[in-house]
Formats: sequence, structure tokens, C-alpha cells
Amino acid sequence: MRSRRPQISLWRKPKAQETASGFTQRRRPWKDRLLDHGFRWLTIVLASIVGILVIAILLVVFAGSLPAIVAYGLDFLIRSDWDPSNESYGAFTAIYGTLVSSLLALLVAVPLGVGSAVFITEDILPYSIRRIIGIMVELLAAIPSVILGLWAIFVMEPALRPVLTSVHQRLGWIPLFSTQPIGPGMAPAVIILAVMLLPIITSISRDTLDQVPIELRFAAYGVGSSRWQSIIKIIIPAAISGIAGGVLLALGRAMGETMAVTMIIGNSTNFSPSLLSPGNTISSMLANQFGEATGPQVSALMYAALILMILTLLVNFLAEWVVRRLKLRYH
Amino acid sequence: MDIKANCHLPHALANDDHRKEFDSCPLEYNPLLKHNREGIFYTVLAGLFATLAILPLLLVLGYVMFRGGALMSVELFTQLPSPPGLSGGGIANAILGTFIVTGIASLIAIPVGIGGGIYIAEYSRVDLFSVFVHYGTNVLAGVPSIICGIFIYLLVVTTRLLFGESFSAVAGGLALAVIMIPTVIKTTDEALKLLEDDLRWAAMAVGASKFVTITRVTLPAAFTPIATGSMLGIARAAGETAPLIFTAMFSFYWPEGLFKPIATLSVLVFNYSIMPYEAQNQLALAASFVIVMLILCINLLVHRLGFYLRG
Repeated sequence: MRSRRPQISLWRKPKAQETASGFTQRRRPWKDRLLDHGFRWLTIVLASIVGILVIAILLVVFAGSLPAIVAYGLDFLIRSDWDPSNESYGAFTAIYGTLVSSLLALLVAVPLGVGSAVFITEDILPYSIRRIIGIMVELLAAIPSVILGLWAIFVMEPALRPVLTSVHQRLGWIPLFSTQPIGPGMAPAVIILAVMLLPIITSISRDTLDQVPIELRFAAYGVGSSRWQSIIKIIIPAAISGIAGGVLLALGRAMGETMAVTMIIGNSTNFSPSLLSPGNTISSMLANQFGEATGPQVSALMYAALILMILTLLVNFLAEWVVRRLKLRYH
Repeated sequence: MDIKANCHLPHALANDDHRKEFDSCPLEYNPLLKHNREGIFYTVLAGLFATLAILPLLLVLGYVMFRGGALMSVELFTQLPSPPGLSGGGIANAILGTFIVTGIASLIAIPVGIGGGIYIAEYSRVDLFSVFVHYGTNVLAGVPSIICGIFIYLLVVTTRLLFGESFSAVAGGLALAVIMIPTVIKTTDEALKLLEDDLRWAAMAVGASKFVTITRVTLPAAFTPIATGSMLGIARAAGETAPLIFTAMFSFYWPEGLFKPIATLSVLVFNYSIMPYEAQNQLALAASFVIVMLILCINLLVHRLGFYLRG
């Protein structure tokens, strides 16, 4: 005879049950069960804090931006005037700055990051040297962005200015380089952003490259391909889901990155297509103006923050989707 | 044929009949072949990229270590920062403030994060709540840190929720905690999921309840990765600036309590490095040195801890 599965109930008294085979089935003492259930509920409560936080952030930002959404509507996205004295706001300059700076930074960081990830995972150099390179790339991720910003202000930008000036003199007819570099600007911000994205892209690409089944490599070598033929034709395509996911995560990080960009981008609310002129991103605008803002300006800033949140959310979801979608093809 | 034309047969092998019969082209590395030239090109390119990738680290670390390290003095660790325009002074209150704010954040984020991680790894099933928690963690990890700061600013600072005070150390700690929580959850979850299920079955088989299984078996087994991840989360929080500008703000004085504005190293670096005064820039550089040393020490400690505990 099969014994009934014991019903775990918190309040029923423990009682011994005699089964047909002669085993005694006992309930735990109520204290034990209280502890067990209590602990489970504790973890449920702690886990729900995360979800509640996300909803609360969305609600607070949305509620704060509601007056501005009503006042400016979708025009906010395409107008480039930001004039607190006339209470006229448009976030195009900041949105343009956010998108351009993060995409250009990605353009620089992706080849460098993926290239060094391949270099670290291949056995071109002895393991100890590759390990040191790996640790150094990870240490770069540990340096706070405010310190990268400080370095950018005091070292990188002065060193870069002659280069940018000569670029302006040679290629000034292209709108992208049409202004005289005056110090802080979009171009140094792009470079410092690329530095910050490098460790993210490198470490995620390295993890995925490490996980590519070694049989793929055996097979590639077996049919006579060289090291780099197998890397380019076999290994990287097999790892593309993770690499693409890492690149998109880095894009999300770049769009939300605040400190280093704020310190070096120049924080001008005037629109300019030139990379050499001071610019603005949503997050740098928030960092600069939120402290002193009052009334409609707060609401306009919250609207910009809402846009930033939606952008990063979209990119992050896209990252997750890409990882899932591409994984199916190779596993 | 084409293949033969590319071969350079060594004399000894060329005379070997057995070889000749089966193998008209012995294994030999010829750097002039097309795919070998490509290989050398790509290897050099990848090496160049790896060098470029670690170059910024070396430059930043070198700058902060040598220029910042040269500024170390006793008064830096004992005196208050000088107001803009005046020279001298130290960063003592900011060092203390960083420890206080990061401490508050850890006290909130580590219990919450470990609890949430335990739920996801040990209890969650395929239901709506688990999806909610899972996506909540991912979304929260992707929220820009400045928005976490604005959130706490609107929720705690402007409403004067904490005993009628506006900017405060606790508000700063809360903002940092929001950033730390997803990190700790993910660390805990991954550490627990790495364990073999045999461990759980064995515990259940000798009659342990779920609570005992988790607290006596799985959590201790996953202690090292959880501790490592939490420490790295603390190190990251210690350098965060964006969430603190509108919450903990800054102060030129010693910490006056948990519900008053407080100075932190990272905000000091931000405020003082964009000032047009040499003395303040020097203080910012010195503060960067202290932050970098702090973070490097935590990282080294974590690696040591990992090696030591794994045995």
C-alpha cells in the first residue's frame, strides 16, 4: 500500500502515522516548521524588494515628469532649445549627445575589446602573461568613473588637444570637425567612454569564447584551417550571442554613464553637430542641473531621465533577446 | 601543382622514398603562405588591441599613483578640506564619510541581496512572481546610477522622510544600496546554482528541512563566491559618485550624524577637480589616490580570500 504524501501544514499538530510497511512517519515539531516557513517568507519578501524598487523608480520618475509630458509632449524629443529663463525645454541636444557619444564609443571599444578577448583566450603567449593581461583589464573596470574623469581633465584632454586641433585644420570642412577644439568636448568624452566600455566587452567576450566547445576547434583544425581561419570562421560565430549581448550591455552602460562624461563633455546646451565642440548627454545634464533646478525645470529634467530610462531598458531587453535568439542557432 | 610549388622540401626528406610516395609536402611552417601571412597579421593586430586595452589602465594608475602618492601627508588624513581658493587642508572627513555611507549601503544591500539570491536559487519555481523577481533584478542592474540618485532624492530628500532632514548620509547609503542589491543577488544566485544538487539531496535524505539545508549546507558551501562578490560590490559602491551628488551631497565639516549631509571621497573628487584652483585640484588628486588604494586593497584581499578559502 502506498502511503499518502504527508501534507506539510504549519498549524496542524504533528502526529505519528503508522504505515503498512511498519515505518513510522512523523511530522517535524511545529517550531521547525515555523522556522522553515518563516525563512521561506523572509526570502520571498527580500526578493520582492527588487521588483518593488523597479516599479517605484519607474513610478517616481514618471510622476515627476508628468507635468513636462503634458506641457511639451513629444516635441520635447526634437526641440533643441533648453532655456530655463523662458521655461522652454527641448532635449534633442542631450538625446543626440547620449546616442552619438555611446555609439561612437562602442565603435572604438568593440574591435579593441573583442580583439583583446581573442588574444587572451588563444595560447599565443604563455598563460601567465595572458592571465596578467586579463587581471589588468578587470582592474580597469574597478577604477571609478570619477577618477577616469579626473584623469581625462588633467592628462588626456590637454594631450589630445593638439591632435584634435590638427584634425580640425585638415578636415574642418566636414561638419563633424567644424569647430575649434576649446578643451572639454564630445571627442574626449567618446574616448573616455570607450575606455570604460573596454573591460565590459573584453570580459564578456572572453567568457563566451572560453565556453565555445573545443570540438569545434578540433574539427576546424582537422579539416586543415589555420588558427585565425578557425577563429574568424568558427569560434567567433559560435560565440556571437554572448559577444553581441555584451556589446549591447556595454551600450546600455554607456548611455547611463554619468561622472566621467559630465566632467569632460563641456555641458553645453547649445546644439552643435561637431564632435570637437562641447556637448551634453542626458545623464550629464541631470548631474549638472538637478541640484539647482526648481519648478518646471525639475519636471523637464525628469522627462529627460524618463527617456534615458526607456532607452537603457530597451537596450538591455534587446541584449537579453539577442543572447536568447542567437544561442538557439549554435547549441 | 600549386601546392607543390609552395613546398620547400628539405634535402634529406626529398630523398626518402617512403615519404615521397605518400607525402609530397611534409609538415613545414612557411611564413610566406597566404594564410600564414594572414595569421601573423591578425596575431600582431590582436596583440596591439590587447596592448591598447591595458594602456589606459597603466596611464591612469600611473598618474594617480605617482602624482597622487606624492601628495600624501599626515595632515591629509587629519584635517578638513580647505574652502575653494585657499590652499592646504586634508580629506579626513571625506575618508570617514566614505566608510560611513558605504557601510550603511552594505548593511542594507547585503542582507536583502543574499535573501533575494537565496529565493531565486533555492525556492523559485516557474511562476509569475519568479519572473517578476528575475526581470526586476536585470532591469535594476541596468538602471543608470544617476537615476537611482534621483529616485532617492525625490523619495527621501525632498519629502524629508528621515526625521525632517533633507540631504543625509542615510539617503546616500540608500542610493548606493539600490545599486548594490542586484549585484549581490546575482552573485548569491550564481554561487548557489553552481553547487551540485547532490548536496541538497543528501541533506534532505538525512532529514534536514529546507531551512537547515540552506543555512547549514548550501550557504556555507557557497560562502567564498558570495563573499567575493559582495566585497567587489562594496568596492564598486565606494567609488560611485552619481547617486551621491543629490543624496549625501557634500560637507566641509566632520560628519555631524547619520541624518546630516556628509562628505565622501568620490564627491570630493568630482567637486574639487572641476574647480579652477590648483590647491583644490591637488586635494582631488590625493582623494583619488586614496580611493584607488582602497579599491585595490579590497580587490587584492578578495583574491587572497578566494585562494585561502579554496585551499
